[in-house]
Amino acid sequence: MNSSAAEYKISQSGRTITFRALGDWTRDNANSLDMDLIRELDDLDYDHVKYDFSEVDHLDTVGAFLFARAIRIGPGQRHNWSVIAGNEGQKTLMQAAADAVLGRPPHAQRQWYDALIRIGQATERFFIEVMETLGFIGQFFVVMFKLLLTPNKIRWKSVVALIEEIGFNAAPIVMVLSFFIGAVIAYMGANLLATFGASVFMVDLVGVAVLRELAPIITAILLAGRSDSAFTAQIGAMKMRQEIDAMTVIGLDTFEVLVVPRALAALVSTPILTFLAMLSGVFGGMLVAWLGSADLSPILFVTRLQDSVGIAHFWVGLVKTPFFALIIAIIGCRQGLAVTGSVESLGSRTTTSVVQAIFAVIAVDAIFAILFYQMGV
Amino acid sequence: MAIDKTMPPIEARGIRSQFGTNVIHEDLNFMVNRGEIVGLVGGSGAGKSVLMNTLLGLKEPEAGVIRYFGRNRQDLSEVERREINNEMGVLFQGGALFSSMTVRENIMVPMREHTNLSLKLMRELADMKIHMVGLPAVSATLYPSDLSGGMKKRAGLARALALDPEMLFLDEPTAGLDPIGANAFDELILGLREAMNFTVLMVTHDLDSLYAICDRVAVLVDKHIAIADTLPKVLEYDHPWVKEYFGGPRSRAAMSAGTKVQG
Repeated sequence: MNSSAAEYKISQSGRTITFRALGDWTRDNANSLDMDLIRELDDLDYDHVKYDFSEVDHLDTVGAFLFARAIRIGPGQRHNWSVIAGNEGQKTLMQAAADAVLGRPPHAQRQWYDALIRIGQATERFFIEVMETLGFIGQFFVVMFKLLLTPNKIRWKSVVALIEEIGFNAAPIVMVLSFFIGAVIAYMGANLLATFGASVFMVDLVGVAVLRELAPIITAILLAGRSDSAFTAQIGAMKMRQEIDAMTVIGLDTFEVLVVPRALAALVSTPILTFLAMLSGVFGGMLVAWLGSADLSPILFVTRLQDSVGIAHFWVGLVKTPFFALIIAIIGCRQGLAVTGSVESLGSRTTTSVVQAIFAVIAVDAIFAILFYQMGV
Repeated sequence: MAIDKTMPPIEARGIRSQFGTNVIHEDLNFMVNRGEIVGLVGGSGAGKSVLMNTLLGLKEPEAGVIRYFGRNRQDLSEVERREINNEMGVLFQGGALFSSMTVRENIMVPMREHTNLSLKLMRELADMKIHMVGLPAVSATLYPSDLSGGMKKRAGLARALALDPEMLFLDEPTAGLDPIGANAFDELILGLREAMNFTVLMVTHDLDSLYAICDRVAVLVDKHIAIADTLPKVLEYDHPWVKEYFGGPRSRAAMSAGTKVQG
């Protein structure tokens, strides 16, 4: 840039060095000066520095900091110094820089120690997280049952609004997704089963797969991505703006106002959404069976469905949905309430929330699969 | 381009700002001289923030010119504009620290962007700024969410000072601080001005600050700067709002306190 060069001259007499600075001691010249200066000062042995600023044209904090390098010995220690020539501003700046080099804390390097600490902290956090989640679930059920005994205290208005938001508004996307999944299953089945000349069994395949597993799981995962994250973000933002604190102070129970309505809305919406997903999934399979190579007419498809796919599959699929609904609502709200002041924590809590919800949905589904298998359903 | 630092850092001539048909400023003239601390006062909704944004270049006025160091803003090239921007530091009301970074990293942001200093030197300079604004050394590695309101302001100030600006904008620097913290902040500004020799424009409602540190006070009323002068002159100015603002009980208390300190 436009600044002229900076120079310095160091002369030593006894244990005192005189530091004569010339030119522009500003940030544009800092990098090269810094290197030379450190090297040169390292070779000198002294305990007093006299500064001569009479020929300094410009000085900023960067320049002053470089000057102060000469007097820094270590953390909390510095050489004596004085300014023998310079104006008031330069002296003040130099004083600030001299104080600053003094005040820097010792920087300990303890890599192994720190790593161990971090492992310990992470483990502790994990257990705390588990305990808090369990505590949250417990508190939730207490409040929920209390409210079920006094249903007029439930905030029905917000329940209905939330049903619209997480149920009604999610219906199209759930149905479209499930339609594709049903169609894909049918295609896969058509190809595989045709090799055995058993194309008609694709009806069983589509029926069992969609009713029993895919419709509930797809719905739950979609809700985890769509509504669970929304719960966390909404409640988290409220927490950040101290709305939650305001509620508590006014005497509103956050569980009553925020968590229970969301749980109820999810409880109502999820089975209905799953049912819609089942319909459109089977419909997708039926279309592929009819228009694809298998050439099964819809009438044949429906007859076969009634004959060979028992109603039990439908109930197995549907009975899981309330559990998924509670998982999504509870995890979403719990993570939202765990948000602290920073934007960072809102983001990380939302991520955690979605990951935990999807994980829990799939884990619970696996438990159900084992359970039903053992029961012979 | 060499910035002529002896010229007034900021000057507004004939500014008109409006949102739709709602005129905020009409023929507003305002100038800040080099090295002075100017307080900008005005009622809520008088357009202080809009004026600040206009001066900063966050908003273009509907008419009029802004001059930085005697040069019209419209005439500046991209490079000159950036150079002048580096001469301006802003402390926003809440500190506006980047919440994903530590205090030290926050202060390093302008340095990273506009200088070619080595990383090590930048870190050390950031620590020096932290010290200069009176924060404890440990706060370097803290995140903004760990800081109290007053510390956030100091950290914001440290970031504003990162490039040694010629011109410092302070948006309600003492709002939300307790009286002790506010006094300390006022003194900090005075002390730093001594060391770094900058010019300050502060929007404030804090009468104590006005009395204690401002060289001149600019009053934004009736869509323009009615008067910008030393406090005694402003106090004599004949305008109902000014009379009410400076004639109230709070003002009188601040005045007696201010004269005590100075006398």
